[in-house]
Amino acid sequence: MEPNARPKLWRLARLEFDPVRNRRVLLYPEGAMLLNDTGAEVLALCDGTRTVDDIAAALGAKYHADVSADVSAYLAQLVDRQLVHDAT
Amino acid sequence: MPRDLAAVVERTAPEPAAPHDPGTPRPVGRPTTLLAELTYRCPLHCPYCSNPVDLARSARELSTAEWLQVFSDARRLGVLQLGLSGGEPLVRKDLETLVAHAHGVGLYTTLVTSGLGLTPGRARALREAGIDHVQISFQDAERASAERIAGLASVDKKLAAAALVREMGVAFTVNVVLHRANLDRLSEIIELAASLGADRLELANTQYYGWASLNRDALVPTRAQLAAAESIVDAAVARHRGRMQILYVLPDYYQAYPKPCMGGWGSVYIVVAPDGRALPCQAAWQIDQMTFDNVRDRPLDWIWRESPAFTAFRGDEWMREPCRTCPRKTIDFGGCRCQAAQLTGDARAADPVCVKSPARHLVDEALAVAAEPRPAAAPPQYTYRVVTPPPPPPPPLVGRVDGRGASGDGA
Repeated sequence: MEPNARPKLWRLARLEFDPVRNRRVLLYPEGAMLLNDTGAEVLALCDGTRTVDDIAAALGAKYHADVSADVSAYLAQLVDRQLVHDAT
Repeated sequence: MPRDLAAVVERTAPEPAAPHDPGTPRPVGRPTTLLAELTYRCPLHCPYCSNPVDLARSARELSTAEWLQVFSDARRLGVLQLGLSGGEPLVRKDLETLVAHAHGVGLYTTLVTSGLGLTPGRARALREAGIDHVQISFQDAERASAERIAGLASVDKKLAAAALVREMGVAFTVNVVLHRANLDRLSEIIELAASLGADRLELANTQYYGWASLNRDALVPTRAQLAAAESIVDAAVARHRGRMQILYVLPDYYQAYPKPCMGGWGSVYIVVAPDGRALPCQAAWQIDQMTFDNVRDRPLDWIWRESPAFTAFRGDEWMREPCRTCPRKTIDFGGCRCQAAQLTGDARAADPVCVKSPARHLVDEALAVAAEPRPAAAPPQYTYRVVTPPPPPPPPLVGRVDGRGASGDGA
């Protein structure tokens, strides 16, 4: 996904915490994706106003690392599955 | 009902397997999806229904209290997605109560319906109960054909139901089972779904279980129909991207390798039939010599982890050649056990769809029948799904009498 794109979660998908697995999950019609902590943090920031760069900067600051390539590749997968789109 | 909820499994990310010490029993994963077949009663008579063909013999339906317990047990076991199906689930007068409980325990809940029986009052009540997603089946884009397939004048009621679901504002899927009699109108079917405002369109080629097995020769499409369908779907996916998602379930008879059925037997999916029997797949009832434990007699947790039916084909130790040494066994898990049993009489055989199966000729023979010329004007001759209504459910139970498990999930 391009650095200046503004990723937004699909209107019909929602992030939830699953107490059974003790991890966050993305639920949507006929699907459930089990998320790791980083994935969940990225998705929680996909509000259609932040850019990919903003999200990468926020996570990079937290983990003291350059995560822009990882964030971009992760979002590209979700765009491919139509769970995230570019709101710009 | 159509068998397309199996698609849930294919798009559910598998859970990472825990490290396994050889020589110890393999740990059992958690299910993600429960398909609750609330009833076999249905106003439609679709000739491709995957329900059992001896519907009149099915025993009494689970009560409200029994279903609530199943939903709580399923969530505690790890289920995230609940499909409420049938038959026609709206026939159950307690549907709103079931949805409210499912919502309360945290299940993402889908109603899979014909649309018949959805009134403005019930739509409002289901919305308030917390339904997440409604799927309405359509049989064709052309009225006469649609009603011939359904065996009932039903199009106006379906259109009215679609409008109600749009007003509800929940996720809305149109699902269409594809076969010989409607594939030639695939473009019109896609435009119908778009005009109804569907968020998703599931186009599922018929799979030949239950009534569809009886009607196979009338349903199997031609190779030319499928070739045309694929390019229509490809173009439509691109055209509707961002507005309507389109899912196309491939016709497995025309593939070289089998489908990864249920994401692996006993891996992520549980079906509970109207009478309470728990099955690893909604067509598993047709496997001879397999017995299914009932949620009335056994806890769901035990059924999932230990029952003979759920453990029968879990993992790959049950496999024979050509599956046992096949590099694809981790991709398709040997294909569909129900199809293997149905066509070869042996549920451990490779799915006969597979080109490596010695029984592939059984599938090719069905395709050869489909390739024979037929009079264009002749309407399809179907054996329609019929059911004698079972006796009414017993009065609701108060609490549980066997004391299994705490009921701490609320609602």
